[in-house]
Amino acid sequence: MTAPLLRELNSLLGPANVLHKIEDLILYEYDGSVEKARPDLVVFPHTTEEVSRIVRLAAKYNVPIVGRGSGTGLSGGALARGGGVMLVFARMNRILELDLENARAVVQPGVINLDITRAVEHAGLYFAPDPSSQKSCTIGGNVAENAGGPHTLAYGVTVNHVAALELVLPDGEIVRVGSKHGDAPGYDLSGLFVGSEGTLALVTEITVKLTRKAEAVKTLLAIFDAVDDASRTVSEITARGITPAACEMVDGWTLRAIEDYIHAGFPRDSAAILLIEVEGLLEAVAAQAAAVEDVCLTHHAREVRIAKDDRERDLLWKGRKNAFGALGRLAPSNYVLDGVIPRSKLPQALQQIQLIGKKYGFSVGNIFHAGDGNLHPIVLYDPRDAKQFENAIAASHEIIRYCVELGGALTGEHGIGMEKNELMSLLFSDADFDLMRRVHDAFNPDSSLNPGKIFPLSKGCGEIRVRKQTGAVSAQV
Amino acid sequence: MTATANLATRLESLLGAHRVVAAEAELLEYAVDGATPAAIVRPNSAPEVVEVVRFAIAEKLAVIPSGSRSKLGLGMPPARYDIALDMTAMHEIAHYDAGDLTLSVDAGMPLRQLATVLAEKNQFLPLGVPCFETATVGGTIASGIDSTLRNQYGTVRDFLIGAEFVDGKGALCKSGGRVVKNVTGYDLHKLLVGSLGTLAVITRLNFRTFTLPQACGGHLAAFTDLEGASLYRAAIEKSGLPLAVLESLSPDIAALVPGVQPGNDEGFTAEFDAGHWWVYASYEGSEAVVPRIASDLQKLASDAAAASSQFLDAASDAHLGGILREAFDWLRWASPSLAIFRIVLPQINSAGLTELLRAARQPSLRSALLVRSAGIVYLTLFTDDENESTLRSLEAAATRVFSLAAAVNGYATLLHAPLKIKSRLNVWGPKPADFAMMQRVKDSFDPQHIFAPGRFVGGI
Repeated sequence: MTAPLLRELNSLLGPANVLHKIEDLILYEYDGSVEKARPDLVVFPHTTEEVSRIVRLAAKYNVPIVGRGSGTGLSGGALARGGGVMLVFARMNRILELDLENARAVVQPGVINLDITRAVEHAGLYFAPDPSSQKSCTIGGNVAENAGGPHTLAYGVTVNHVAALELVLPDGEIVRVGSKHGDAPGYDLSGLFVGSEGTLALVTEITVKLTRKAEAVKTLLAIFDAVDDASRTVSEITARGITPAACEMVDGWTLRAIEDYIHAGFPRDSAAILLIEVEGLLEAVAAQAAAVEDVCLTHHAREVRIAKDDRERDLLWKGRKNAFGALGRLAPSNYVLDGVIPRSKLPQALQQIQLIGKKYGFSVGNIFHAGDGNLHPIVLYDPRDAKQFENAIAASHEIIRYCVELGGALTGEHGIGMEKNELMSLLFSDADFDLMRRVHDAFNPDSSLNPGKIFPLSKGCGEIRVRKQTGAVSAQV
Repeated sequence: MTATANLATRLESLLGAHRVVAAEAELLEYAVDGATPAAIVRPNSAPEVVEVVRFAIAEKLAVIPSGSRSKLGLGMPPARYDIALDMTAMHEIAHYDAGDLTLSVDAGMPLRQLATVLAEKNQFLPLGVPCFETATVGGTIASGIDSTLRNQYGTVRDFLIGAEFVDGKGALCKSGGRVVKNVTGYDLHKLLVGSLGTLAVITRLNFRTFTLPQACGGHLAAFTDLEGASLYRAAIEKSGLPLAVLESLSPDIAALVPGVQPGNDEGFTAEFDAGHWWVYASYEGSEAVVPRIASDLQKLASDAAAASSQFLDAASDAHLGGILREAFDWLRWASPSLAIFRIVLPQINSAGLTELLRAARQPSLRSALLVRSAGIVYLTLFTDDENESTLRSLEAAATRVFSLAAAVNGYATLLHAPLKIKSRLNVWGPKPADFAMMQRVKDSFDPQHIFAPGRFVGGI
C-alpha cells in the first residue's frame, strides 16, 4: 500500500517534499507531549491545491492523514496515531495579506505565531494569543488546538481572534467558512472548527484579527512567602473585578530552576511569585496597578516590584516563557499538565496537587495562568524508568480528576488529543458523545483525518484505524 | 384527521394539562409570520423538554422554541409549525459564583431579572440588546441579535462558556463548561448563537460575567454631513480609545429619537436637534479614565469640525444608550410598513455608505442609517403603505442592497420586512458559500428537521 502511494506523492510533490525513510520519520513520531506514534509518510505541501490532492490520494489508498505545524503541541494532537500520511505545514508559511486598516491578516497555516506580530507591530498592532511556544509554534496548530497563553486572560484564546478559515475536508473538497469582517449570517462554523484538533478538516488559510497595542502597560512582580497567600491574591483580584492582561503564578521550586538558568530576577528564597500585567490607557493602568498592588500587600506579599522599563519587563517574561527549558536541566523529561478550575478554588487545588505528587513520589512544580484558573502542574520524571513513567501518568490523571471534581475541565488550552481522550467520560455523557460523534462524522465520516483523538476509543464507533501505540501511555489509561 | 388534530390532548397526557395550551387566542400570540401552532407547551424542566422533543420526533411534528417572543419576526416564515415550545417557565439561576465571575442560567430567564441579580454583586452581562425589558437569555442567544456593547465586550460567542440543550434526537446534551478557559471537546454551544432555534432547544446557558464599571459617560457630536461624521469615526477608531458603544445616526434616525421613550427620561438633557448626522460614544472604566476619554473625544470632534458636541451626564447617557440599544425594536413600528437591513461592509466610510444609500433609492421609500461598530450598518427603508408599487420598490431595493454587499465582500440580511416581501425574496440574502457545511451541521444536530424548519439561512 505504501509503495504505490509513495510513488504518487513523489510525483505530485517531488521527492524533496516527501519523507519515507525510518530515520526521517522518527523525527515526526514525537510532539511536545509524552506520547509517540510514527507516521508512514511525511509530506510538505506548498499550496491548498496540493493539500487537497494529497488528501484525495490518501483516501484512494485508504490511509489516515494528520496535519502538523511545528509539533510543539502538548496533547499528542499532531501525532499519527493511526499511522498514515502526515501533512507538515512548515512550507506553507506565507503571510498572504495584511489589511492593517481593518486589523486583519490572511496567513497560511505554517506561519509562526510570533511572525504575525512581527509583521504588523510597526502599525501598532499584534496577534494576541501568545502561547509560551510562540517563537516556534504555527498559527495552524494554534487554530487546531484553540491555543491560549498568558495574555488570553484579557484578550481571549485563538478562537476569539479568528475571523475566517479555508479548509480542506477529508474528501479533498476546499471550502471557506466565516467572514473577514463582522459575523456572517448562518452558523458560526469557524467557532466549531477552531479547537476541533484537526479531526474535522485541515486548515489551509486563516484570516486572523489583529489587536491594537495598548497605550500603556505595567508589569508587576509580587513576591510571596507562602503559596497560599499568592493563590488567595489571585482569587481576590478576580473577585474584585480587576482584569489584568495576564496573571501568572510560579511557585518557589520552579522559580529557583528558572533563576539558575535565566536570571530573570525572581527571588530564590520566595515561596511563589505572581507576574501580573495591566494594560490600557495610561490612567486606567495606573489605577489598576495600584489596585493590584493593594490586593497583593493585603495578602502578605513580601514585596511588589514594578518593571521600570521594557528591558526589565522582557526579562520577567523571558523567565516565564522559558521556564520549561529551565526545568529540562533538572530531570530527563517533564510532563506539563493542563487542567482548569474555577478561580476561587485555586488555594485548595494547589494544596491537593502537592499531596497527589507526594503520593506518587514526585515534586510537582507549578507555573501557570492563575488568572483564569488554568493550572500547569509539572511532573519531572525519567522516561527510561517504566515505573516512574507509569506513576507520572497516574498522578496526572488524578490531578485532572480533581480539577473536574472542583467544577473544572480537562484542558484549558493544550487540547484533548490522545493524552486525555480516555478521560473525556469524566465530563461527557453518552448523549454528548453521540452528538459530538455525529458532528465529527458530518465532516470526517471515515475517521480518516486524525483518528484516535478527542473521543475515548470505546466511544468511537467509527474508530477502526488506531493501531498499537509505540508509546506507553494508552496502556495506562 | 391530521396528525395535529388532537395534538393538545396527547401533549396533555404527556406533561399534564397545566403545561399545555390550545386556546385559539393564545395560539395566535405564538404565530410566526402568519403560521400558527396547534399547541403551546410550557415545559418546566429539561427532562420535560426531552419528552416534548421525543414526541415531536415520533409524530414528525415541527417545533419552534421561544422565549418572550419579542423577535419571532426574524428569519423566514416556517415551512411547518406544530408545537410552540415556550421556555419561559424555566427561569432559574442554576449556579452563580460571583467570585469566579461565572453564571449558569436557564434559557427562559428574562434579561432584566438576570441583570438585577447580577447587579447585586456589582456584575453584569454585556448584552446591550433590543427588547431588553422582555427578552429571555435563551431567545437573545438564539436570535443572535446585535449588542450595542460589542465594541468593547465582543459578541456573545466571546463570553458564552457552555450550554445545555436538547438536540433533534431528543437527547439532553451539553458542551463547554463553567470555567472561563476551556478547550475540552467541540465548542458546540458556539453553533447555537444566532441559530434561530434550528439546531436544538437551549435549556441552559453558562456565561462569564463582568464587573460593572466604576464610572461611565457619554458624548454626542453633530455633523452637517455624512462625510464629517465618517471622518470623526475614522479618527476615533485610529485613536484606539476604548468605547463601550459607538453609533452614528443619520438625520432621519435622529429625528425619531426624541419620540422614543423607554421608561423614565427626566434626566435626558441632551439637545438633539434633527437635520444633522450624530455620532454617539459611550465609555466606561475607572474614575480616572472616564474624563480622559471624554476630553480625547472632545478634541477629536473639534478636529473633525463637528457642528456641535456635548457631554452627556450619567442619566442622559443611560437614556440615550437605552434608546439606541432598543433601536431595532422601535424602528420596526416607525412606519406602516418598512424594511430593516443589517449590512456588514468591510469599509465603513462615506463613499461606501453613500453608495449603499444610492442602491436603496427607490420610489416611495425613505432611507435612514444607523451605523454601529464592527462594520455593521442598519439601513431602514420607511414606506407609507403596502401597495404593490411600494412592495416592488422594497423588493428592488433589497435586491440591489444584497448585490452591493456581495460585491464588496460584505453581506446583508433583512432583519425585518413585510410578510409580503418574504414571499418574494429570502431575507437571509443569497445562500452563503459555506451553506453546504451549514447543512451538515443542521443534519447532525437535527436529522429529522423538526426544529423551526425553513426559517434559517438557505431554507434550513
